[in-house]
Amino acid sequence: MTRTDGIRHLLGIEGMKPQEIDALLDLGDSYLERYRAGKKIKKVLKNRTQINLFFEESTRTSTSFELAGKRLGANVINMVTSTSSIKKGETLIDTAMTLNAMRPSVLVIRHSSSGAAALLSQKVNCAVINAGDGRHEHPTQALLDALTIRRRKGRIAGLTVAICGDIMHSRVARSNIHLLNAMGARVRVVAPPTLLPAAIDRLGVDVFHDMRSGLEEADIVMMLRLQNERMNGAFVPSPREYFHFYGLDEEKLALARPDAMIMHPGPMNRGVEIDTEVADDIHRSAIREQVETGVAIRMACLDTLCRDLEAEEDD
Amino acid sequence: MAADRRVVYMNARLLDPASGRDERGALLTVGGKIWDLGAELFADGITDGSQVVDCKGMCLAPGFIDMQVFLGESVESTAKAASAGGVTAIAAMPNMNPVIDRASLVDYVERLAHEVSVRIHPVAAATKGLGGEEMTEIGLLREAGALAFTDGRQAIADSQVMRRILTYAQAHDALVIQHAEDPSLARGGVMNEGEMATRLGLPGIPGVAEVILIERDLRLVALTGCRYHVGLVTTAAAVEAVRRAKAAGLPVTCGTAPHYFALNELAVAEYRTFAHTSPPLRTEEDRRAVVAGIADGTIDVIVSSHDPHDVESKRLPFDLAASGVIGLETILPIALELLHGGHVPLMRLLAALTARPAEILGIPGGRLSKGGPADLVLFDPDTPWRVEPEKFHSKAKNSPFEGRPVQGRIVRTVLSGRTVYQAG
Repeated sequence: MTRTDGIRHLLGIEGMKPQEIDALLDLGDSYLERYRAGKKIKKVLKNRTQINLFFEESTRTSTSFELAGKRLGANVINMVTSTSSIKKGETLIDTAMTLNAMRPSVLVIRHSSSGAAALLSQKVNCAVINAGDGRHEHPTQALLDALTIRRRKGRIAGLTVAICGDIMHSRVARSNIHLLNAMGARVRVVAPPTLLPAAIDRLGVDVFHDMRSGLEEADIVMMLRLQNERMNGAFVPSPREYFHFYGLDEEKLALARPDAMIMHPGPMNRGVEIDTEVADDIHRSAIREQVETGVAIRMACLDTLCRDLEAEEDD
Repeated sequence: MAADRRVVYMNARLLDPASGRDERGALLTVGGKIWDLGAELFADGITDGSQVVDCKGMCLAPGFIDMQVFLGESVESTAKAASAGGVTAIAAMPNMNPVIDRASLVDYVERLAHEVSVRIHPVAAATKGLGGEEMTEIGLLREAGALAFTDGRQAIADSQVMRRILTYAQAHDALVIQHAEDPSLARGGVMNEGEMATRLGLPGIPGVAEVILIERDLRLVALTGCRYHVGLVTTAAAVEAVRRAKAAGLPVTCGTAPHYFALNELAVAEYRTFAHTSPPLRTEEDRRAVVAGIADGTIDVIVSSHDPHDVESKRLPFDLAASGVIGLETILPIALELLHGGHVPLMRLLAALTARPAEILGIPGGRLSKGGPADLVLFDPDTPWRVEPEKFHSKAKNSPFEGRPVQGRIVRTVLSGRTVYQAG
């Protein structure tokens, strides 16, 4: 976590200490358990305002953050680009300053530019959570993936994780690589060379262009979404060719460990990066569980960041 | 000012890269010209009522000639920034509004210089409206005073267009300056491709985008014989390509800017938009190759590539922020880092700031010679200071060197025999 003027932000996983990550995972885990057991959840965000500032459409992530905030008692305000003044030429910083004047406790931001959350954090005096900035990071996704893995496998250290698909354009991949490495997993990336960013091996991963060898003995198979416009010859020749070489089907999956778990940040392109039957195999796929874990981990992040903040003024 | 006003610069370390002169002595200017200079001049201390400037042993060199400046803000503030940086002549890039692509606009740029403290030499657009398709009236522009032709921040990308420009320009003995970056390889990119870009999640521009265009152009130069200059060389491969072309006898020259030999891609860390440049800041290996290129003369000139941008266009996420840095007021101290680091001798650095750009552009000045223009800079190469853009004369403050401790200070700048800047 980054700190500016004594306020903590969650801008990215890179640079986070394993202890910090563990603490968030433990807290997320306990929120998940309490919620499942129907226990009362302390409204630690009572009288606090959380603004979800989304410059990119995302129903899943914004809903998850909204739910997390509300379960902790926060007043949650959702702002999406179409209703904001960004389109009238107001800059990101102007918008941030305006919102800052409303004195919220937390700003949750998603933006198409890498570094947007970091820029925002320098200009406001509330906690900032990065809900995805360009191709850079999506830290809460990596944390929820880690919690899902830990709950299923009992550990992260020593596991072999294969991240497959569009690594180049993926903030989810980057955050997961940083987190899994910090926690002692062995990370592989599996993708066609055109979808791998330069020098990705320098982030501490083994690179595979052949999915079969990339999945061998893997404990976790983490699939990434490939956007349609990238499959028409720009990065890969066609969806058909992509599925043939990089789509997750029973045959390729058979090379992974028998108890291998399948993950996907959603939304899925069935028949492009993942076979429908594989995606729906309740025993191997953690895809639905990831959604539930997501709310719990975001509660943990909101709770943690708001702890050191001064109380908002009551009116 | 009286046309016969006499000023004597006493106790100077006279530095003239064109002649190799490096000696203690004096220099006399009469009106706007250098009248005499040397170790013996006024050795008896009798100066016949001339105005005397005691140089106290500091370096007196020809005023710097900056081959690449964008007039992005008022000419007055750019001129003041130039004078404060020891720059007495600038080549103004055609990327203005309107684009400098007609003879009447060349006149306009020349007139801008009348009331300010720096000589402004217009460089005209190579293609109409910088559109990259139709060549400008190269002959008429040349007659009007355009010293060179370029599309400035944009590459002349189309091979056929480039071939025709080089062919045509050769007949008018015109210099063509290229922004060497293959636009299709660079498309969408905002920083150097590599580990740093991958970590930051920023779209990268591969280093080869530079050398690919240079190699193509070199073939066309061999075909046409036109004088060709690469505005900014930033990669090891490009330095090597120019080195080979020169060895082969092609009429090729090139430049670079201080940020390419003083910084590398790591300056972009934390999304610092003041380090957003075009071409992008490169790897450490590239940076070292640029230093070596300056040292062995492969890189002929050092330019500031001064490109002012207001706060609003830089206070944005990195990929949305404007590219470009200011540099007129830091060109000397950053260049001197190469001297203090033991990489490049002082005379070679000064040549890249004076004699070489004058030769390439075909303009007077850039040397200490009798009868030449009295454009001079007096500096102390050792004075330490810290770069504080808020104290700059430039209105824009987008310096990538903010806060950097540097050495070497401009003490006085003289244009046409008249002091236009004096350190406070």
